[in-house]
Amino acid sequence: MRIAVASGKGGTGKTTVATSLALSLAQGNPHSRAFPAPVFLDCDVEGPNAHLFLAPQFDRQQDVVILIPRVDAAKCTACGKCAEVCEYHAIAVLGKKTLVFPQLCHGCGSCTLVCPEGAISEEPHVIGLLEGGVTAGGMAFARGVLNVGEPMATPAIRQLKKWAIPADAPDGSVVILDAPPGTSCPVVEAVRGADYLLLVTEPTPFGLHDLRLATEVASELGIPAGVVINRDGIGDAGVDEFCVAAGLPVLMRIPFDRAIAEGIARGRTLIEVRPEYRARFRAVLAEIGKGTRRSR
Amino acid sequence: MKVIVTATAPELEAAVDPRFGRGAYFIAVDTDTLKWQAHENPAVNASGGAGSQAAQFVARQSADAIISGDFGPNAYLALAAAEAKMYLLGPSQTVEEAVANFVAGELVRVEAPTGAGHHGGR
Repeated sequence: MRIAVASGKGGTGKTTVATSLALSLAQGNPHSRAFPAPVFLDCDVEGPNAHLFLAPQFDRQQDVVILIPRVDAAKCTACGKCAEVCEYHAIAVLGKKTLVFPQLCHGCGSCTLVCPEGAISEEPHVIGLLEGGVTAGGMAFARGVLNVGEPMATPAIRQLKKWAIPADAPDGSVVILDAPPGTSCPVVEAVRGADYLLLVTEPTPFGLHDLRLATEVASELGIPAGVVINRDGIGDAGVDEFCVAAGLPVLMRIPFDRAIAEGIARGRTLIEVRPEYRARFRAVLAEIGKGTRRSR
Repeated sequence: MKVIVTATAPELEAAVDPRFGRGAYFIAVDTDTLKWQAHENPAVNASGGAGSQAAQFVARQSADAIISGDFGPNAYLALAAAEAKMYLLGPSQTVEEAVANFVAGELVRVEAPTGAGHHGGR
């Protein structure tokens, strides 16, 4: 089962929820068949931070490589077919010159395929790094780190998922994907293929605004979703009213609690600060299990 | 001489648009007759790569000068490859004023990208 944790709004507590959700599985009973150790993916490749809480030992890595076109000026006739096919305007024909903009390129290879002159070859361009390892609790952990200055997060997330999610995962195993904030391409790439989307929000107008957008992403992708309300007690009733109207289950409320905030600021997890959350997160997992079954 | 000015509306009297890649309209003006033609910018809502897309469109109009408030790195590289001459709007408030200022030789020629780009990268 793949559970993606996303939010729309940044700073609502995605990583707080994702790390403790994972730990509630990993540190209970490692031999329990009901709760096998999960795989954790930090998909926020522009600002990964889950490692600060789960402290994995990284023991393997792989470059994130995309193939970008190189144009042989001697063969190019400036026909413009490559520029027409490029969805991202990463290759442009201007007069007799064909220009490549590596930072706009998604590495899809369409330009190479359509070039009638065979003038385009592809060369590897490293945009980031994938790192994998194991936490002290025996949880498999992987993250992607986009190189500073590279704007293209999506290929790094796609390659992270391919690299780190075992193809032969046993039934009942859980993969937790900590998504980037927002609702744009990197979020879609992170949550695509998930069985459940856990949306973390806060009960403020800003939280509600972005929760609405995130709910639309879930519905567009056909992923069942539920909500965690963090900093419960601040703001107003708008988020609760929205959840009722939209039929979104509120699976957990985390109060606005100074001790939790201080613990997180020191790199401790919610479960470490408030051990009673272990059972609460397991209850959330059980609800999620029902939610995904209902949808099938 | 044919010049292209970025504008907020398809009018000669329209306010200039200081953005190149995401400017609303390109107004092509004949500096001798002041005959003009407005083109919608096909890249105005592009999810990315607006500069290179807009530059390809503008380059096909084969104008003698392109006048805007900002040429990002991709737009600059693309227009430079097309050997287009780029000028900054300066104090011009309307398309008409921009053309008059250009004819009077008061606009500054752009020889390098004027911004760091808008795609979140370097």
